[in-house]
This record gives sequence, structure tokens and C-alpha cells, in this order.
Amino acid sequence: MKKNGEGYRGVVYLFFVLGIVIVFVLCVCLGSVRFTLLTTLDTFRRGLLGLPAQDAGTQAILLSVRLPRVLCAALMGAALSLCGGAMQGLLRNPLADGSTLGVSSGASLGAALSIAFGITLPLFPNAGTTVLSILFSFLSMLLILSLAQRIDHMLSTNTIILLGIIFSMFMNSLISLVVTFAGEKVRPIIFWTMGSLAGSNWANVLTLLVGLAVCAPGLLLHVRELNAFSIGEDNARHVGIHVKRVKLLLLVFVSALIGLCVSIGGTIGFVGLVIPHITRMLTGPNHRKLLPATLFVGGAFLMLADLVSRSVFAPRELPIGVVTSLIGAIVFLSIFYRARRAG
Amino acid sequence: MLSISSLGVRRGSRDVLQEIDFTLEEGQWLMVVGPNGVGKTTLVEAIAQGLPYTGQVFYEGGDLAAEPPRLRAKKVGVLQQGHQVGFSFTVEEIVRLGRYAYRKGIFQGSSDEDTQMISAALQSTGMWDKRARSALTLSGGELQRAFLAQVFAQSPSILLLDEPSSHLDLVYEKQIFDLVQNWLSQPGRAVLSVVHDLSLAKAYGTHALLLDRGRSVAFGPVHEVLTREHLQKVYAMDVYAWMRGLLSQWDG
Repeated sequence: MKKNGEGYRGVVYLFFVLGIVIVFVLCVCLGSVRFTLLTTLDTFRRGLLGLPAQDAGTQAILLSVRLPRVLCAALMGAALSLCGGAMQGLLRNPLADGSTLGVSSGASLGAALSIAFGITLPLFPNAGTTVLSILFSFLSMLLILSLAQRIDHMLSTNTIILLGIIFSMFMNSLISLVVTFAGEKVRPIIFWTMGSLAGSNWANVLTLLVGLAVCAPGLLLHVRELNAFSIGEDNARHVGIHVKRVKLLLLVFVSALIGLCVSIGGTIGFVGLVIPHITRMLTGPNHRKLLPATLFVGGAFLMLADLVSRSVFAPRELPIGVVTSLIGAIVFLSIFYRARRAG
Repeated sequence: MLSISSLGVRRGSRDVLQEIDFTLEEGQWLMVVGPNGVGKTTLVEAIAQGLPYTGQVFYEGGDLAAEPPRLRAKKVGVLQQGHQVGFSFTVEEIVRLGRYAYRKGIFQGSSDEDTQMISAALQSTGMWDKRARSALTLSGGELQRAFLAQVFAQSPSILLLDEPSSHLDLVYEKQIFDLVQNWLSQPGRAVLSVVHDLSLAKAYGTHALLLDRGRSVAFGPVHEVLTREHLQKVYAMDVYAWMRGLLSQWDG
């Protein structure tokens, strides 16, 4: 598989894994309550082996609160960055992302509706929010892209960003409308719109893990097609790509992942925009290298952003969406500024 | 090799192309000519299955519309007018995409044949030394040669060209046409190209299809189609006199 020299050699992956493990350990140990590396490792060992804990408080914080939270951050960072990378390739546009297109807002509306009206599925009582937010994310994606294609065949940056802004505003006003009628359920809805990982539990980790295990291979197996799309959609068709089918498939995977992330952590903006952009500077635009790298860089980034959100003003917590949006907006501006100056 | 029968394309309520019939045989270079906006580019897009049409496009007796995209790409290759590459892909990465249709499984990397076709295409188009350059730093002529290398690597039997040199300087224009002519000299190949420069059509074409407002005016060997009478009818001016007048500027 590596014969063509486009992918990574094993040693690079080793480096990625090492990097993400270091960040992971750091984020588990640090926080409003700090633990030494030894305490953390010992607690893990005892937890895994089912031995009684040395200190019940430490064990509760580490195993039931911090560990799932850090894992959620890592998985969501990886998923959102992968989605951003794939969308930027698909739309041939470095500013495309779930949050700039308004897809995350669409997914939030789905989540808000399910909370406000108590929509659940018969067999899986907690899956209502997830399913509705995935569904809304997919519908938003279809709506925005078909509109964009109608207005401007070349899908230029201006068209996409403008449509994204309009769509986000529309979705947000609908969310406000839902909030108005939601009564006492307002608090959790506000939470979706801000983005937070504070309530993460092991069920969330498992859901994200399953989602990523299904969707990530689906995207990673289409790196050639993504390369073709980012060189040009007509060209992609000419070299023999089934454009409609591949596009739909990629959109299903991307919106499923975005919907899943929103249903768990709310709208954590700009991760999918910033990470692929920074990663591309290191790996180049070839998706065969870019997409695997975004998984690691995105995972590490969101773990660190979450660390910042829970420790800078400890014990008070910032919503993580605020942290990523602060960083994201600045990076967004710098991309835009440089692109305009160059062009 | 290629046979088109009663092809028509509607856009909204307007007929862009109507009742187009022609054939393309091995070794032929068919020039599609006509004034701006007569549907030349639309014709190329329809044959390449890029837009809905009525009528039939047959390749070796089989309906091209029924072919899966990957099989179609091995038969028909397209070189577009212009390109807007989104990111800084290298020339080699662009050319490598030409081998997409030949990939066997999802886990299959490049075969030796792929590597060989890619280097041959890079060399024949003079892009070998520039294979590691980013597409964003290439001139228009170089970019067009990179995409020509891609379609050579794709190795189709029929090459469709849509005004391949319309944005290019004379030197690059000649390069592209000479490269295509050389490609055509191998057996089992044919070329269809849209051109607006009638001198180019005469110099390189074996056959021509003259279009006027979406309809076919004449089709046949190039000297039978590009006659003074036909051109007078379509362009509403004496094209022969104009061309000769232009050429005489170079005398002495």
C-alpha cells in the first residue's frame, strides 16, 4: 500500500501516537485538582484490575469524571477535524467547516427540539437527541450545498460563507424560538449552543468511539476522491469518479459525525476549520497524509482546549466552545487576511 | 469509434443543442467549430456525460451513458478549458489522478504500470522536471500541460478537448496541439476538440463539425466543411477574405 510513497511510514505514526499520549496524560493529571503522574497511573491500574482504591475521592474524580471527559475531548477533536478536512477538500475551499457552513447550528436545532419536546426513540431512551441532531445535520448540509450549487456553480468562498452565515442565523433564531417555549428545559438547551464537555460520561465516550469507528474509515478510504474533488469537481468526473455517489456518501459520514459531536458536546466551533488548516501547513494538501494527521492533531488540540477551559479560571469553568471560538476566530481571520493579500 | 445520433440538450426552456449527428473514427481529429455561444462546450460536456441530454452517444456500439464512470474514463478522456485547483497539489499528484480508473481495490496502491504511465506522461509533456512543483505556482501553459499529462496517463481511446489553448500564448498553444497530434499518431485513438481559431482547425483537423445556434450546419472532412459558403452562412462575413487579409500582414 505504501508503494506509491504518498502515505506515511510507520515511524511517523509512532510519533503521532507518542504525541497524543503525552497530551492525554498531561490533561488527565492537570485540572482544578492536580494529581501526580504516579497517583494517576496507580489509580488506573487499580481501576483496571478491580483493586480497592487508595483514596475513593481521587478514584471518583479520575475514573468517573476526568478520564471520560478527556477521552470525549480527544474523540470529538479528532472527529470534528476529520470532518473539517474532508469538507474543505470536497468543497475545494479552505474555509469550509461545520460551523462556518451552519451545519452545527442545524444539528443544535435538532438537539434543542428533542429536548424541548421530549422526543425519544422507543428502544433507546437517550438516543433521541443524537438521532435528531444527526438527521438535522444531514438535512442542513443537503440544503446548504444544493442552494450553493444553484447560486454559484463554482462554489466560491464568498457564496459558501455567506450562505453559512445566513443559515446559522436562521437556525439560531429557530433555536431561540424553541427555547422560548421550552420552559424549565431551557438550561440544557443553552448548553448545546455554547458547547461544553462538562457532563461527559462513559456512555458518551462509547457513542463517540462507535461513531468514529464507523465514519472515520468511510472518510479515510476516500482520500483519492477527496484529492480529486479539491483539484476540481469536473476533473474528478473526467478521471472516472462517480461524483454524485461519492459526494453523497462523504456527506452522510461527515454529517453523522458532526451531528454526533453536537449531540454530546454542543457546538464546539472552529475546530474543524483550524486544525485541518494548521495540519495542511505541515503535511501538504494530499488527503492521504492530511486526514490521518488531522485525527491526531485535532484530538490533541481539543484535549488542550478543554484543559484551558476547566483550569484557567478554576474552579469556574469556561464553555469549551468559547475557548475554541476565541482561537478559531483569530486563525480564521489570519487565513482570510493572507488569502486576500496574496490574491 | 464514437457515434452521436440526434443529440439534444435543453437548458431551461432553451434548446442549446438540437439534432446533432456525427461519427468519429480511429485516427481522426474532429474539430468542432462555430461562433461563440453555439453550444460547442455543451457538446463536449454531453459526450463526457457531464449533463443530461436526449439522443444517444455510442462508443463502439455501446451506449456511453450506461457505462459506469470508471469504465467510461478508460474510453473517453477530457481536457477542460481552464482549471481552478483549490490547494497546492503537486504536478505529479494531479497526473496520478489520471490513474484513478485503473485502481483495483480500495487498499491497492499504485501498480508498476501506473508508475510507468505517470512518468511517461510527465516526460512526453515536458513536465518531468516540474513534477514536484505546486499547481498554484504554475503558469497557465504549464498547468494545462499538467492536465494534458493527466489525461495521457488516463490513457483513453478518445480525447475530448474543450478549447485547450484559449488562455494560452502562441508557444504553449503550439505545444499543446503538437503533443495531441503526436498522441493521435498511435493506433486506436481519436480526438474531438472544440476550437474557435479556424486556422488551427484547418492545420490540425482531419474532420470538422460546423455548428450554428445549436444546430449542425456541415460535417465531413475538414476542407469540405470549412468552405467559403458554409462559413459565410454561419459567421455572416467573408471569413476567407478576412483570414487572407490577416495573413498578408506577415508578407515581406
